[in-house]
Amino acid sequence: MIEAVGLTKSYGAKTAVYNLNFQVQPGKVTGFLGPNGAGKSTTMRMMLGLDRPTSGTVTIAGQPYHRLPNAPRQVGALLDANAKHGGRSARAHLLCLAQLSGIPASRVDEVLGIVGLQDVAGKRSKGFSLGMGQRLGIAGALLGDPQVLLFDEPVNGLDPEGILWVRNLMKKLASEGRTVFVSSHLMSEMAQTADHLIVIGRGQLMADLPVRDFITQNSTGFARVRTPEGDAQARDTLVRVLAEAGGQVLTEPDGALKVIGVPLPRISDLAHGADVRLWELSPHSASLEEAYMRMTQGAVDYRSTQDPHHAAAPQFQQQQPQQPFQAGPPQQPYGLPQPQHAAPAQPAYTPEDAR
Amino acid sequence: MTTPPPPQPQYQQAPPQQPPYQPPQAPQPGPGQPQQAPHQPPYGPPQPVPQQAGYPAAPAVGRSHLGHALLSEWTKIRTVRSTVWTLALLFVLTVGIGALFALALSGEEYVGLPLLAGTFFGLMFGQICVITLGVLVISSEYGTGMMRTTLTASPQRGRILLAKVLVFFGVSFVMTLLATTLSGLAQSSLLSGQSATDRYIDSYMESSIENGEVIATGTHWIDATFGVSLYVSLLGVLGLAVGALLRHSAGAITTMLALVLLPLLAAMFMFGESMESLRDFLIEYAPLNGLATLFGLPMGSGDDPISGWGLLAILAAATTAALIGAYAKLVTTDA
Repeated sequence: MIEAVGLTKSYGAKTAVYNLNFQVQPGKVTGFLGPNGAGKSTTMRMMLGLDRPTSGTVTIAGQPYHRLPNAPRQVGALLDANAKHGGRSARAHLLCLAQLSGIPASRVDEVLGIVGLQDVAGKRSKGFSLGMGQRLGIAGALLGDPQVLLFDEPVNGLDPEGILWVRNLMKKLASEGRTVFVSSHLMSEMAQTADHLIVIGRGQLMADLPVRDFITQNSTGFARVRTPEGDAQARDTLVRVLAEAGGQVLTEPDGALKVIGVPLPRISDLAHGADVRLWELSPHSASLEEAYMRMTQGAVDYRSTQDPHHAAAPQFQQQQPQQPFQAGPPQQPYGLPQPQHAAPAQPAYTPEDAR
Repeated sequence: MTTPPPPQPQYQQAPPQQPPYQPPQAPQPGPGQPQQAPHQPPYGPPQPVPQQAGYPAAPAVGRSHLGHALLSEWTKIRTVRSTVWTLALLFVLTVGIGALFALALSGEEYVGLPLLAGTFFGLMFGQICVITLGVLVISSEYGTGMMRTTLTASPQRGRILLAKVLVFFGVSFVMTLLATTLSGLAQSSLLSGQSATDRYIDSYMESSIENGEVIATGTHWIDATFGVSLYVSLLGVLGLAVGALLRHSAGAITTMLALVLLPLLAAMFMFGESMESLRDFLIEYAPLNGLATLFGLPMGSGDDPISGWGLLAILAAATTAALIGAYAKLVTTDA
């Protein structure tokens, strides 16, 4: 188990991490989520004793990292796939790490096999792709067969097959009762991997809850409704009826309607009553990415501004719930109080559809 | 290590603790009731991963110790090419230049040098290889980021530094000893027996000339092999300490070269009586003079120059001080 108590790290005047309190439990994959620059890596470096907290403590199995009698046997970590001497072969790199904690050389070949690098074990790691480097880093984390595993952005640079492999590996490690702590800035990745989420923004804890709770708390269900194509009148009628019934209706770019606040059977009844045929009536729930972005909206450090040369009118005003039936980017969450400073800016990272 | 049984999926559990900070926007349900969606949300609980055999359990966990770190550093130093290159160059320069020097002098009249002094001219260049290797042993880890991996694998930072120093010192001492011995043998086989007239006999050369022939005594051999190897290896350890302090290969190598070369260069341009004492001090305590004195070629002009072993002791003290500084920086600053 990993436990942070009042964990704070300042670099001069800049506070990277402020008063973090959380526990990471064994037996599940805990996702550590936050926008770029939120303090994820700093937190993990403090867990591993590389950085000293300005105040507060972080312990693994009740001990600060540097007090562990043989750290790699208890904690395995992948911080940075490039943190290796490129002139050394993969096997030599792992061998010197293994020897540092008395792990037999035979274990090196085992982990090389686990990560699938056995064929390039003798090659200098300088020529490795980022994905191969990640695999080598993961091999290093697994060397000591540790109870606690920390991975900082482990899927960076991996191909889809590699991502699936990492995902399954982490689930398997957790299913064996280990503590698995994985950082990412992609909600979509965590949604498929993690059981529990710890979300930070600007160095502060924003959420600490099971993924399931995160979903139910943060996603708003909606129905997708499509009226016959070319029949604008039918659509307008349906929009009016739904609005009268207390629903909130927005259009999607393909002309379908997004209906919030009206149960599916009621939509069907209303359509029937208004004599409107439906081509589609399907249930949806908002993506986790939306919920995550909504949560961290105020905590994104790097935010691009609108290019003044692009005179395109910001679409933001049209999103007000009071003005239904307006076109707008479908990714925007509904019923969202307008952030004071959000203007027409975009978050710096690319929101990825969780599905 | 036995693998604990797979835990039940954790979804039904409450969060282990209350989030200390409730984001203001987080639990905002949309207007109206959420859909009573009769379907599974897209993010259902992942299928429980079938329990497979765990990794082959590693042998019982013992405390790690300095022996482990020494073995690891030995693996590190022998698995990078820079070690091979610098040590090969050390041999080429020390033995090669030394042998050429001896060859060149062998056909001539005695020129007034101690028998083993020829090694100095090769080792003067060869020592730069040892210094470079000493710096690279630690600065390359900082340069590549390997240091973070190393310190994660062994949070006992002092142990890592000590292991690096011991392994590097051992390797460089043995290699320099080998190179200087080979060069010494070349000097002795090519030059011993040269006839030296009495006019060369002064306080320095007294012991080198016996019955009109140049000889090397046991003390000479020890100074010109063991002593100089100790000296050069200590310079390398000083380089390692500087590398740990600067964490930058080029910066540390430049600093070390300046330290070795600049005192003599500066002294060359100190003319006049007012600068004489400073000039003599620089020459006497220049790192290169320590090496030269051990070969019986002191550069100082004073009446009672410091011995080679005295200079070696000063170097050892300076190296120790630099290592203490490197240790202090290593354990107090973030990696």
